[in-house]
Amino acid sequence: MAFTDKTRQLFAEEIAAIKEKGLFKEKRFICSPQGAAIRVEYPEGAPQEDVLNFCANNYLGLSSHPDVIKAAHEGLDSRGYGMSSVRFICGTQDIHRELQDKVSAFLGMEATLLFPSCMDANAGVFEAILGTDDVIIADRLIHASLVDGIRLCSAEYDTFKHMNMKHLEKKLELHQDKRTRLIVTDGVFSMDGDLCPLDEMCALAERYDAMVLVDESHASGFIGKTGRGTHEHFDVIDKVDLITTTFGKGLGGASGGCVSGKSELIELCRQKARPYLFSNSMAPPIVAASIKVIDLISASTERRDKLEANTRRFREGMEKAGLNIRPGETPIVPVMLYNAKLANDMSRDMYAEGIYVIGFFFPVVPAGQARIRVQLSAAHEDEHIDKCIAAFTKVGEKYGILGLDKKGIIDKYGM
Amino acid sequence: MAEMKDVVLEYVIDEYVDEDDDLEVGVDSPLISSGIVDSFSMVSLKIFLEKKYDIKLPDDEATPDAFDTVTKIVELVKKHQG
Repeated sequence: MAFTDKTRQLFAEEIAAIKEKGLFKEKRFICSPQGAAIRVEYPEGAPQEDVLNFCANNYLGLSSHPDVIKAAHEGLDSRGYGMSSVRFICGTQDIHRELQDKVSAFLGMEATLLFPSCMDANAGVFEAILGTDDVIIADRLIHASLVDGIRLCSAEYDTFKHMNMKHLEKKLELHQDKRTRLIVTDGVFSMDGDLCPLDEMCALAERYDAMVLVDESHASGFIGKTGRGTHEHFDVIDKVDLITTTFGKGLGGASGGCVSGKSELIELCRQKARPYLFSNSMAPPIVAASIKVIDLISASTERRDKLEANTRRFREGMEKAGLNIRPGETPIVPVMLYNAKLANDMSRDMYAEGIYVIGFFFPVVPAGQARIRVQLSAAHEDEHIDKCIAAFTKVGEKYGILGLDKKGIIDKYGM
Repeated sequence: MAEMKDVVLEYVIDEYVDEDDDLEVGVDSPLISSGIVDSFSMVSLKIFLEKKYDIKLPDDEATPDAFDTVTKIVELVKKHQG
């Protein structure tokens, strides 16, 4: 055994350094199904508490929906537990094909390829379709998995200021000498809840002969009037070339992801994307449940409509109470605190009030942009939302931040 | 002709600092370690330097440490200009 005391000490010191910087992630255990109301053990070993969950990606409240659970059971019974194979050897069932076809129809795309996760889809898509003659031009705040995928690709890459279309245009002009240009963005940015202006972006893409890839993980199922996503919201469904998205958030919350878009690009992913070629197929119960999710949200907009109403109620209530929230219309609502310690302290006090939310600070968000990120769900009822607003009001009052703008909070607590 | 440090500083401010950021950035201000430039968007600066000064910066030298201040960036560029 080569894991000597000296080696152990080396890694222990690295962990200690993470703690020293205040970046250590504590353990929290959910002792119930995922939902609006959950039982939590936190800190580890503490008695379980009933709390309201305002930090899940369970946007449509489908994580524990009875029809979804039933579909997963049926998938388990009819197609088994696991595939014990990657897709291209003996890991593709008829239900994988069915889910791909249904996702293509739902998103309005030509074809779809399932991956074990959207992280894998993002890790694999760029390398599969682009090479050294191409350039990727990405928004600076795209998800970390897109950043990783871009770095794994041999194409050159460049960045533009977050959602700044003038800056993007400059970069498109700069890279006209390349074979192809691929613009990369999130549809909804996970930390700020911003909606990328896809209408302007797609117009630029046409003018400068570029393709557009959008990660819709925080949009699929609920953004747009029938929940198709950001491309529906901005009426550019036929102008987006590639979408990556997940079944791990609004679309059921289990796992799995996909790339959807122009058929030739999807075929190249099937032939070449390494996470597709070298990782297991999505498990049959999850595929079966994901099909049910697509069926449910294709048949009715009831859940995305409720989420929209919940979002409005929460945003209006928080603004009225004097909390500093980032304006917007998505169910991701950052409560801006700027100071990391304040974000941490307030999230702990919110937990004591029965509200489970988390503080985010550098390096997850830029330095000086600490916040508590609240995420609404269609599973929340009015009384849940009102209780959350009341708790923020009480805790905000304790820290003297109600009615303060950015400058006021920074003057009081620093950045 | 403008000095290289002024050209690089102007590019850094234009490329990475938003008008409402309220940040004072000088030639010795930390860029990467302060979070003004992150390791992902640092590539834009590398592309600018290579095009502007007609050089090729190897990946093992275009590191976050070497790009942390305008002064350090100018040193790196001059080394590759020969």
